[in-house]
Amino acid sequence: MKSSVITFPGSNCDRDMDVALKKFGFKNKMVWHDDAELPKSDLVVLPGGFSYGDYLRCGSMASKSKIMQSVINFANSGGMVMGICNGFQILVETGLVPGVLLRNKYLEFICKNVFVKINDKKNNYFKNVSNEILEFHIAHNEGNYFCTNDQLKEIEDNNQIAINYCDKNGKIDDQFNPNGSINNIAGIFNKAKNVLGMMPHPERMIDKSLSGEDGSLFFKNLINNLK
Amino acid sequence: MIVNEQVAVDHGLKKDEYAKICELLKRTPNITELGIFSAMWNEHCSYKSSRLHLKKLPTKGKKVIQGPGENAGVIDIEDDDAIVFKIESHNHPSFIEPYQGAATGVGGIMRDVFTMGARPIANLNSIHFGSPQHKKTKNLLRGVVHGIGGYGNCMGVPTIAGQTSFDSSYNGNILVNAMTLGLVKKDKIFYSKAAGLNKPVIYVGSKTGRDGIHGASMASASFDEKIEEKKPTVQVGDPFTEKLLLEACLELMAGDSIIAIQDMGAAGLTSSSIEMASKGNLGIEINLNKVPCREAKMTPYEIMLSESQERMLIILENGKEEHAKKIFDKWNLDFAVIGKTTKSKKIELYFDEEKVADIPVNTLVENSPMYDRKWKKAKLPKKNRIKKDDIKHLKIIDVLKKTLANPNVCSKEWIWQQYDHTVMGDTIQKPGGDAGVVRVHGTDKAVAACVDSSAVYCWAHPLTGGKQVVCESFRNLISVGAKPIAITNCLNFGSPENEENMGEFVECVQGIGEASDYLKFPVVSGNVSFYNQTKDQGIKPTPAIGGVGLISDYKNMVTMNFKEVNNLVLVIGKTEGHIDQSLFARTILDEKNGPPPEVNLFNEKNNGETLLKLINNNLIKSAHDVSLGGIITAVAKMCVKGKKGINIKKPKYLINEIEYFFAEDQGRYIIEINKKDLKKVADILNKNAVHYDELGTIIENELYINDKTKVTIDELSTSNKNWLKNYMNK
Repeated sequence: MKSSVITFPGSNCDRDMDVALKKFGFKNKMVWHDDAELPKSDLVVLPGGFSYGDYLRCGSMASKSKIMQSVINFANSGGMVMGICNGFQILVETGLVPGVLLRNKYLEFICKNVFVKINDKKNNYFKNVSNEILEFHIAHNEGNYFCTNDQLKEIEDNNQIAINYCDKNGKIDDQFNPNGSINNIAGIFNKAKNVLGMMPHPERMIDKSLSGEDGSLFFKNLINNLK
Repeated sequence: MIVNEQVAVDHGLKKDEYAKICELLKRTPNITELGIFSAMWNEHCSYKSSRLHLKKLPTKGKKVIQGPGENAGVIDIEDDDAIVFKIESHNHPSFIEPYQGAATGVGGIMRDVFTMGARPIANLNSIHFGSPQHKKTKNLLRGVVHGIGGYGNCMGVPTIAGQTSFDSSYNGNILVNAMTLGLVKKDKIFYSKAAGLNKPVIYVGSKTGRDGIHGASMASASFDEKIEEKKPTVQVGDPFTEKLLLEACLELMAGDSIIAIQDMGAAGLTSSSIEMASKGNLGIEINLNKVPCREAKMTPYEIMLSESQERMLIILENGKEEHAKKIFDKWNLDFAVIGKTTKSKKIELYFDEEKVADIPVNTLVENSPMYDRKWKKAKLPKKNRIKKDDIKHLKIIDVLKKTLANPNVCSKEWIWQQYDHTVMGDTIQKPGGDAGVVRVHGTDKAVAACVDSSAVYCWAHPLTGGKQVVCESFRNLISVGAKPIAITNCLNFGSPENEENMGEFVECVQGIGEASDYLKFPVVSGNVSFYNQTKDQGIKPTPAIGGVGLISDYKNMVTMNFKEVNNLVLVIGKTEGHIDQSLFARTILDEKNGPPPEVNLFNEKNNGETLLKLINNNLIKSAHDVSLGGIITAVAKMCVKGKKGINIKKPKYLINEIEYFFAEDQGRYIIEINKKDLKKVADILNKNAVHYDELGTIIENELYINDKTKVTIDELSTSNKNWLKNYMNK
């Protein structure tokens, strides 16, 4: 399986994502934001970080990068595109997924482990994941997902919510919401579910010496689904 | 502007220093030259009060590749790898403007590290605030934490450990010390020594603006009521540009274009160009019209003294300009050839085709003032005796809960959760333990780092305090299973012109020197921050020690959380019952006098090395050093972290429970072992003549003392975790 990770000026989880993808069998290429063409890929990842310093609005300038037109075309033709953290913010800015990401409710950067509940498995990202609940890791300042009531109804009707913040037993409640996201949303799909944006970093959970191993579960499953 | 004595005094120079400048130049300096002298001769850049004493520190060792004098120290961590590290203060600016002050402190120290070719892999910090009741404390703490996070998080470098304390002596002068570790291949280390004639001098990074002018001078003076007016001297950080600068510099460093490189930190273009010329025994000629400026009509004076951030000065091999420019263009950074190296041994500056400065380099560096300041030796205070009447009403569990909720002991999760501590995917020990640990990417090795200070001990007896901090650093590294290699120090003191403050400095440095020499734990880099005082009120002497150690196989790393029910808990090291200057004496008895605990370097070394032996024999399940709050506090923290209880049986030899549990004797650790290993462990400890006590057995959920007194771990956890969160959200 071939993957591409885009490096924007200010990306800082690009290497971590490269390490994770390779560890689970992807042949990964790093792609510079100023390139026009995407290499042939089965998966394109927009990594975490602070593209363009988060200036103007998180993800807004990166969404206008040269490479992004190719990423958008790739997504529109059904290609798998995954945006993690800042990558999710970029996806929102391109309009590939609905909604916006606001500053965290308590106005503080937050770095910790969280539990998320998988809401939908009829897609190539979470299909065949044995668990219902995963322990992931978040590290962000602007992860407070928000959308209009109409949009919310639409994404709920289409089952576009990918994962919600919850406790270790899967209870979705305000007290387990780390950033104020509407309905505890941690990640969403586009309508066709080939594009996934999520705040948690599975690439930081790929080794039992690190924060945990549920990231390994996610990536192993992902590559199997793509084969 | 006409330069005279008064103008020099306004620049922070003393009258005799101005006279010396005129004598060295054999003429009156012009205003640009005076600005350059004032920047190079202030305390912050010249170390004029400290140099004499710093020379005495042990700086050499088998593992030392580069000691003090470069941008940062470098140590050998086996194979082809080396660690570059340093700690630096940003105290004065952080008090005036906490967010930007702290942020640029972090940015500055990271630049020092990647200037040497190393990719930063971990950040740490030591931050100290006034009394929690003081009206400024909360906002300063919030601003500093946001600033540290704002910069480090954006750079994508994990913040893996730190230290936070509160003491009313910091009410008017907070301390913000930032430390960075970087990883480099031994044969790819870059230095700041210029070499070769007519080599191009290159300016890269951000444009130069009018921010931070006289920042280093501001950091070399005491505060008064007009300090808020100094806000414009604080630099403004742009971590995004620094991230680009990091990647661009490392890309250029992969080749062989660079002769020397130096970041523009304190005193900006002035100190960077002069240091490079001085080390290379060369001259440098700069055309200031070529310097990329952010604002129009900047004068030579402003360009030379600006402390705009995220800038570097590079001396390139001839003919490599195009290659280098391409890299900086790719990263959207300014690149300008602004001058060349010369044989004149002078700094010669041109602006609008006029020579605006002409100063021999040695007058700025070798001939800079050096003072043997008067200092007062501190007496060892007399011991207090605890009066039985003072403590008989105390209940241990109540005291323990109070101690765990003490601002200087409580959990600092509210702080470190705001720092990205997991980016780069190699953090195997997060903040909150004895030391942070990161793997050396792609290897089995890991590097442990910690930062410590004990201002109260240093204040009570500077010589003992200086030794103690080094020992605590040593212990923290051992506790995670790392072999201690070297330290960096950030020496925060009051005014060197005050004999008592100067005495504190001299004796703390002596203590640091003695301990680091004995423990073979040399000082490879550091920074001095004097004038941490407002009017006549100085801070408690606060040398902060950053320690670095190596774990050969990261799977052998040890953490402090209790692991398993039925395991045994031992105390390594003898408890004599030293209560003076303990947290217990100061907060529960309100007794501020008396000597700090004695430091026995033989025991420190022996106990530590023996514990490391036990760890390397896989006999240790968890370990934690005993420090503030004594044995019971250390044990309670291990319970809270491991969500386990303990049944403690106090050994018989010290009659008084309070003394046994709350004393702060040095050289001690708490360890957890499997019951079946007791004989093996006891044999090794006995063979090495290490004293130990059997303290108890791990159980579920509760802490018992001698089968009767008990408390749930949940209660202890609440005491420990809530104070800071509640304080900040109130």
